[in-house]
Amino acid sequence: MKRSLLGRIWPNATAVVLFAGFVFPVYWMFATAFKPTGDIIADDPVWFPTDATLAHFKKAVDADHFWTLVLNSVTVTALSVLFSLVIALFAAFALARMRFRGRRGLIVTFMLAQMAPWEVMIIAIYMIVRDNDMLDSLVPLTVFYTMMVLPLTILTLRGYVAAVPKELEESAMVDGCTRIQAFVKVIFPLLAPGLMATSLFGFITAWNEFPLVLILNKDVEKQTLPLWLSQFQTAFGDDWGATMAASSLFALPILILFIFLQRKAVSGLTDGAVKG
Amino acid sequence: MSVQTEGTDTAGEPAVRKARVPAPPRGDSRSTGAPSRRRAATPYLLLLPALLATVVLLGWPLVKNGMLSFQNLNPRQLIQHLTEWNGVDNYREVLSGGDFWHVVERSVVFTAVNVVLIMTIGTLVGLLLARLGRKMRLLLLVGLVLAWAMPVIAATTVYQWLFAQRFGVVNWVLDKLGWHSMADHNWLETQFSTFAVVTLLIVWQSIPFVAINLYAATTTIPRELYEAASLDGAGAWKGFTSVTLPFLRPFLYATTFLEVIWVFKAFAQIFAMNQGGPDHLTETLPIYAYVEGVGNQHFGLGAAISFLTILVLLAITSYYLRMVLKQEEDEL
Repeated sequence: MKRSLLGRIWPNATAVVLFAGFVFPVYWMFATAFKPTGDIIADDPVWFPTDATLAHFKKAVDADHFWTLVLNSVTVTALSVLFSLVIALFAAFALARMRFRGRRGLIVTFMLAQMAPWEVMIIAIYMIVRDNDMLDSLVPLTVFYTMMVLPLTILTLRGYVAAVPKELEESAMVDGCTRIQAFVKVIFPLLAPGLMATSLFGFITAWNEFPLVLILNKDVEKQTLPLWLSQFQTAFGDDWGATMAASSLFALPILILFIFLQRKAVSGLTDGAVKG
Repeated sequence: MSVQTEGTDTAGEPAVRKARVPAPPRGDSRSTGAPSRRRAATPYLLLLPALLATVVLLGWPLVKNGMLSFQNLNPRQLIQHLTEWNGVDNYREVLSGGDFWHVVERSVVFTAVNVVLIMTIGTLVGLLLARLGRKMRLLLLVGLVLAWAMPVIAATTVYQWLFAQRFGVVNWVLDKLGWHSMADHNWLETQFSTFAVVTLLIVWQSIPFVAINLYAATTTIPRELYEAASLDGAGAWKGFTSVTLPFLRPFLYATTFLEVIWVFKAFAQIFAMNQGGPDHLTETLPIYAYVEGVGNQHFGLGAAISFLTILVLLAITSYYLRMVLKQEEDEL
């Protein structure tokens, strides 16, 4: 009896401890962002922001170039996700629905491309971009981010396209649709959830990308938020309140997106790309 | 989007939570229609943009990287747009210096420690998720998803704050627990403690992926297998080793492989934490290539390091890569 009680308690107790451990850094970021400076640099930590203030957020938002950088990040992220979705949709359709020579090879190519070590290719990319006089521009960022997310987008979408029963498409074609019409009218609407889930991965990758923008864009006006955030603390001389406010602002869009799309995205990630 | 594939629900089993996306088709999609030339070209046309992008944006940088690694490319050559080939000088310089081998060793140890921690704890958390009741499971899942979703740079900044020398909450807790020398400890002062913070950060962010997916995988294990095992007199532990583990093995292999790649090429966490410092001591291969190539403006040398880094990564993952490629060949 005693043993079974213990057996029931320890998993729950462990779960609570783990929950606390995983949540605390996220909580501490938001808590610090809302605390008045006096509470942040108190000798004993103030665990709950009792008299919350928006002063740190104001400071982060008023920082030089903040809105330019937001615009840059949003532009680069949205465009690269859009481009990769469009390109991937064509490719995924061919890979899922058609048989042709070289199909296997292509799938393997995209699987390998998905693992490309971009972090160590930045020097070569820097030289290519520089030789084309494109440093300090958002165009190369968009283009390369598109490529970074393309392989996984293709592999994931392939799974989603394959999941749409072929009969639906065929019956539409029997009813007089062309293949293109069948795709637009039948498959595409069914793919919408898949597209949303797939784009989450692209959003995260592009929104977070750090090494490439670090090396390509020295002009502050052309940088993105990750770079700004990584230099924020130095620039503001250990102003942790403002730094955490900046982190919160940067993290919030992704946290929200993730919570909405996580379930679908997880299955997409594992089923489409990783053989389990 | 609830499309049923050939999978048949087993009566008496709690709703099949199996995935929302059935596996790719296995040889059931014969190309339909007349073998006209236009038809035959269609798949290639559809794939053309993706292929073009891959060749130009991934293939070309790789080739370019190879070419750069045989060039003498310092600020002078860079500014005057000179191409000076210098054979294998870069490789000779990198490989003969002791630095490179230290960094390789450090990268391998760093990756191994992180991946072992991620896989062990991640698996345990995943199994715990499978054991918990509904409410507690949801609670833990929320925690995991939050950690998972935190953008890397934001997470790094938060960890800098948690481990800050003054007013950092970690030092305060350690001090209160009786370890008073930690009161104003500078975590970024030594190689070991900097790595400790980075490792904690990476492990914290990577566990959710392993745990949640492992939990999802356990829900697909047919319950009959456990019943059969217990009929054969297997206890809980035996049931685990003879049913759970074999069932999860492919998943564990795949995840380990992905984690190795992700940890090995981790850049943002290490760089944003302390720029590879103190004194270059936390530079792993990607950081080393960046610091030598871009920081010190020896681009040719940096390209050589990059190329060697890719080789090391291939060597580490080759075993699994071969397995995957073979499996794909059989299945597609």
